[in-house]
Amino acid sequence: MTVSLASLEVGQHIGSATVDITRTDLVRYAGASGDLNPIHWNQAFAEGVGLPGVIAHGMFTMGAAVQLVTDWIGDPAAVVDYQTRFTKPVVVTDTTAQPGQPGAVVEVTGVVGQIDTERSTARIDLTVTSAGQKVLVKAQAVVRLA
Amino acid sequence: MTIDPDLQGRSYPAGETYSVGREAIRDFARAIKATHPAHYDVAAAAALGHADLVAPPTFAIIVAQRADAQLISDPSAGIDFTRVVHADQRFVHHRPILAGDQLVAELHVDQVRAMGGGAMITTRAEISTVDGEATTTTTSSILVRGEDQ
Repeated sequence: MTVSLASLEVGQHIGSATVDITRTDLVRYAGASGDLNPIHWNQAFAEGVGLPGVIAHGMFTMGAAVQLVTDWIGDPAAVVDYQTRFTKPVVVTDTTAQPGQPGAVVEVTGVVGQIDTERSTARIDLTVTSAGQKVLVKAQAVVRLA
Repeated sequence: MTIDPDLQGRSYPAGETYSVGREAIRDFARAIKATHPAHYDVAAAAALGHADLVAPPTFAIIVAQRADAQLISDPSAGIDFTRVVHADQRFVHHRPILAGDQLVAELHVDQVRAMGGGAMITTRAEISTVDGEATTTTTSSILVRGEDQ
C-alpha cells in the first residue's frame, strides 16, 4: 500500500475524478447488477412516473464515485465501510446518435474527513456533483491503513 | 396499496446461494468503470495478498437486492415497486468479497416510517458465506412514494 496513516491530515485533498455517463453505461450497469428498473433505460417509462427523463442508478453513481478512493489507497479491499444518501437524480440524456458524447457528467472530489489512529482507519468524504448539483450527500468511505 | 406497519422487525431467511464468479466481478467492475487491476487480474489481486479477484466495494448490492426482492415481491408487504426510490445505502465489510465465495443473505426490516402517503423502509442484509463467515452488512433505505407524491 502506498498511503500510510501517519502521512494523512484531516482536510487533505486525495484527488478528483470525472465520470462520463451514457445510456449504454446504464444498460451495462442494469445487466451487471440485475437492477432492470426501466426508469434507468426507458424514456417514456421514466417520464410516466414523473421523472425528468432516464436517470442513472444511484448505485451506479455510488459505485463509480468510490473508485477515486480505491485508486488512491491502492487496494479495493481497504474500503471497510462506504455509505451515501441519494439526493438528486442524475438525468442522462440520450446521446446514442453522437458517439463519444456523454449524456451526463459526474464530478468526484475527496478529502480526509477523520483519522482514527486506534482503529487504523481514515474516513474519506466525497463530494459528488452533476450539472452543478450534489447528487450524493454524506458520501463517506472508511479505509483501513497499515 | 398500503404499507403494512407490522413489517418492522420482520426477517426473511437466507434464500438461494449466490456464487461469486470472476466474470461477474469483472463485469460489475467494468459497469461502474472501476479500473483497479485487483478486480480483473488474479496475479494483481494475489500481489495484494488476496486469494482471488477482489469485488468492488459496492458489489454486495447484487446479493443485497436479491434479498430485498423477497420483501418487495411479498404481497403481504404491500410495496409497489414502481413507486420505490432508493434513499440511502451503506456497506460495512467484515472482510472483502472474493471470487469463489458462496454467499447467502438474511434480510431484516429494521424500520418502517410513514412519510406523507408513503413510507420509508430500512432493511439490513447480513451477508455471509455458506459456512457462516460474515462478509458484509448492507443497510438500505427505500422510499415508497404515496399515490400523491
